[in-house]
Amino acid sequence: MNTKLKALWGGYGTVLVLAAVIFILLPLSLDLFRLNLVGKYLTYAFVAVGLVLCWGYGGILSLGQGVFFGLGGYCMAMFLKLEASDPESTKIQSTPGIPDFMDWNQLTELPGFWLPFKSFLFTLFAVPLVPGILAFIIAVAMFKRRVGGVYFAIMTQAFAAVLSILIIGQQGYTGGVNGITDLKTLHGWDIRTDEAKYLLYYINGALLIGVVLLGRFVIGSKFGKLLLALRDREERVRFSGYDVANFKVFIFCLAAMFSAVGGAMFTLQVGFMSPSFVGIVPSIEMVIFTAVGGRMSLVGAVYGSLLVNYGKSYFSETFPELWLFLMGGLFIAVVMLFPNGLAGLSNQWREWRDRRRPKAGGTVTPLTAPPAGATPPPAGKDPLPPVASVGGGR
Amino acid sequence: MSQHVKKDEPALKAVARLLRGLLLGAAFLTPALALAAGPPTAEVNTTGLAVTDTTVTVGQLHSATGTMAISETGSIQAERLAIEQINEAGGILGRKIEIIQEDGASDWPTFAEKARKLLVNDKVAAVFGCWTSASRKAVLPVFEKENGMLYYPTFYEGLEESKNVIYTGQEATQQIIAGLDWLAKNKGAKTFYLIGSDYIWPRTSNKIARKHIENVLKGKVVGEDYFPLGHTQFGSLINKIKLKKPDAVYSIIVGGSNVSWWKQLKAAGVTADKQTILTISVTEDEILGIGGENMVGYYAAMKYFQSLDNENNKKFVEAFKAKYGKDAVIGDVTQAAYLGPWLWKAAVEKAGSFDVDKIAAASPDIELTTAPEGYVKIHKNHHLWSKLRIGEAQADGQYKVLYESELIEPNPFPEGYQ
Amino acid sequence: MDGMTLSEIGSLLVMQGFNGLSFFSVLLLMALGLAIIFGQMGVINMAHGEFLTIGAYTTYLLSVVATDYAPWFMNFYFIAAIFVGFIVAFIVGYLVEWSMIRHLYRRPLDSLLATWGLSLIMQQAFRSTFGPKEVSATLPDWLMGSYAPTDTIDIPLNGLFVMGLTLLLTGAVALLIFRSRWGLHVRATTQNRAMSGAVGIDTAKVDRLTFALGCGIAGVAGAAFTTIGSTGPTSGSLYIVDTFLVVVFGGAQSLLGTIASAFSIAQAQSTLEFFMTGSMAKVLTLLTIIGILMLRPEGLFRMRVRK
Repeated sequence: MNTKLKALWGGYGTVLVLAAVIFILLPLSLDLFRLNLVGKYLTYAFVAVGLVLCWGYGGILSLGQGVFFGLGGYCMAMFLKLEASDPESTKIQSTPGIPDFMDWNQLTELPGFWLPFKSFLFTLFAVPLVPGILAFIIAVAMFKRRVGGVYFAIMTQAFAAVLSILIIGQQGYTGGVNGITDLKTLHGWDIRTDEAKYLLYYINGALLIGVVLLGRFVIGSKFGKLLLALRDREERVRFSGYDVANFKVFIFCLAAMFSAVGGAMFTLQVGFMSPSFVGIVPSIEMVIFTAVGGRMSLVGAVYGSLLVNYGKSYFSETFPELWLFLMGGLFIAVVMLFPNGLAGLSNQWREWRDRRRPKAGGTVTPLTAPPAGATPPPAGKDPLPPVASVGGGR
Repeated sequence: MSQHVKKDEPALKAVARLLRGLLLGAAFLTPALALAAGPPTAEVNTTGLAVTDTTVTVGQLHSATGTMAISETGSIQAERLAIEQINEAGGILGRKIEIIQEDGASDWPTFAEKARKLLVNDKVAAVFGCWTSASRKAVLPVFEKENGMLYYPTFYEGLEESKNVIYTGQEATQQIIAGLDWLAKNKGAKTFYLIGSDYIWPRTSNKIARKHIENVLKGKVVGEDYFPLGHTQFGSLINKIKLKKPDAVYSIIVGGSNVSWWKQLKAAGVTADKQTILTISVTEDEILGIGGENMVGYYAAMKYFQSLDNENNKKFVEAFKAKYGKDAVIGDVTQAAYLGPWLWKAAVEKAGSFDVDKIAAASPDIELTTAPEGYVKIHKNHHLWSKLRIGEAQADGQYKVLYESELIEPNPFPEGYQ
Repeated sequence: MDGMTLSEIGSLLVMQGFNGLSFFSVLLLMALGLAIIFGQMGVINMAHGEFLTIGAYTTYLLSVVATDYAPWFMNFYFIAAIFVGFIVAFIVGYLVEWSMIRHLYRRPLDSLLATWGLSLIMQQAFRSTFGPKEVSATLPDWLMGSYAPTDTIDIPLNGLFVMGLTLLLTGAVALLIFRSRWGLHVRATTQNRAMSGAVGIDTAKVDRLTFALGCGIAGVAGAAFTTIGSTGPTSGSLYIVDTFLVVVFGGAQSLLGTIASAFSIAQAQSTLEFFMTGSMAKVLTLLTIIGILMLRPEGLFRMRVRK
């Protein structure tokens, strides 16, 4: 009985705690401004959760998650902008009824690809699907040809760069460097009021918990085991008769869609979308959130996003001159000293303690074992037995 | 684990904030208030702004880090100088100004976040800040929703007017039309080549320039070119200019690209005596990075140059250098940023209140005779009446003023230029 | 092209051709250091742009010294700056490898993140030291003029200079890698680290020197780019996107690939720029690169490595 309870706790306890933090603790202890900020941070957590799946478990590091976050956000922003640009409120324009930035760029009618976004239903589908399809195309092209590792990482980065230049350059269609701003209502419901902010926060939290649970389900399934296996010994999985590429494509697309949901929630809560999310810098920052929280822990990734962003706001308010030093230092420290992030701290401490008194503990971790969750050594290096242990926060 | 520590902290903070609020509330009620030098706080602040009997808090929101820090530093310094001078002269309504500075970090969502923080959490009475159009667009809904007051210093594309913003720089028509007229009249320019960085300000400005060239000056635009922000290669553009041989090039390249553009121009054998170029995007600040020797003889059209010869400006330049070092330079936007606090002071004193609505209503027709650029006046559309000057770049990085227009009315939504 | 004589059009073609070549050498120069490091150890140095900036600021400092204290030095300081830029960046790179990178060889993806953190720190360090505004190194006159073989042709001297420098540096690197004993070690280590260690190559030292060399070359590039671009805390990041594209497109592990990719990107973009706006040219070039990468994700060239 006791063990059963324990197993249940081990399974869902951390998620329950997270839910309690998001739904009860934070709303009670923060004023609306800070809560809205937390809501914004939590939208990044969608990306971080996706990265746990595709980076922590799948070994695929994507430095272009901002692309999917941004596309999801843009889909939502297009819908909201069209609603905000009704002919009545845009009557001072030379062409009323189109978004203001189009009018400034001498467009006289709505471009074709904007038209479907007049429908909310279409938008709801487009938010995960547009980024999902793009991710699918990229993933198929790369993984079918067995491109991976660092090379894949810089490829995704190149995509992020290209897309942000495209969006900035095509300002008549996308709002350019300003992004899509001044979003007001969703089906007549003002998203800028205090009540709306609370409601959106809770919707956001619920979606995030849903995404975490979905992630747990994926990891717990046979597929999750295979994912770990192919991360550590891709060749062996392939030789066992599995089509490795398909697994990778799936997990990459899933992560992309998670990010897209986060992007859409960002647009709703913050009230605009800008190309600054699509570029390289935010994409890498999002990887850092995951690294800080623990790349093997879905729940840890959420805490990581909260912590890094809170730190960013706090440091930049308190030490405006120093905060980049602190952030940079944090990145380096996490990568070098705590490769499993927050979630791995307890394990790491236990390992360190066992090492100190090897006689007391029965299980001695070999000194040379790579830290859990390390990506496989590059080709040619002497392989050590992979450690597929899972971080504590799972 | 560390998360738990973190979770408790905001709760404690909330309690602390509550206590502080109670204390403040108690302070409100004490009759000791009558001892304050200025009018009573309850009278000049009916909307709960951060105004006490002796202080008033304002916000400063610029990029101190990131790519825009290059440009925004001057504005930060000028606003601080102005506020310091106001405080030395006794403050506003008997209250010293205190500053909360926030870093927008060259990132538009961060600007929106910090703007909300300043208005909602800190309850600042006014904000001096923003530089790029994108950052202004990001914070504008926040200012309108939370009813804040923003003093925006940069010359910009126009097409905007808000009760919650005072635009202390020039809007596009003020900066463009008189400059083009000068080119046509003094340089006999008939054919123009328009270039710019690819975003809203250069595009809108060039649109206005094209209409003016074609419809009013009866000239011809022989080329129009845009480059991504941060572009570093201008060889092909220079060759195209050599091919088209325009009478004048009209340049709105911004940021780091600027340096590449002027250096490569010089290296390609183009000099000011062979090719007339008028820019509206190179202030003395940018010349620091370009190098004065690389820009000699080209023209800029702005409302302010550091070399302006008048008493106000001499005092301003002296004070600025005394505070920030003898090598400090002052560009158009820096001067416009300096106007912000002074204009706010004038509005507060005219309204007799810190309330944003009253300031917004009091602002039109406020005059400033002490502005370094000379006389300015706030128009009812919240932009400034100002003059346009043409400067010729010198090797020491300064401009020699060649021409000065009459006061120009701001017109952010120009008919016939859309 | 009304009013143009045939010779004028010819001159334009010459200048435009030169323009493409000079853009090519710029791209190659900035990608060279990154490509060497990546090719050798599979590490992407995200702080590459900041090593460029080190070179640029070194040049600026020397120019200040020359103008203020040693006017006679003015004409030559730039040559010195290139060497000093190399040395400074080399030393910093050496220290970074020693303190950070070598602990992360088993985790190449992590080294990418750590160098990103490093780039943030370096940017802020530049800002704190030199101020957030851009600075300008006063360049010697012989570098900033143009060479005019005919009335209508102007060849930028700084373009010629960068081109020569690139040629020299690429040649030197190729010699070093393919002809020297050290290069032999580098190549051996790349192909089979364990075996190289077994035959007595000090692979750790090879790694450290390679990383430092890559950084040093970035420093040289940074010094050279003061002739064509800006010097500020974030100047390096202006080049970084293009640099990554060149390396990815070239097929990351081959020097020849990097050269070919720099050449094709430069020619495509500078030609397109002549016929359309710079923005459109950039977008078209990027889309083409993406298209080709979709069909051939491993890049143009690929070195055969025993897996």
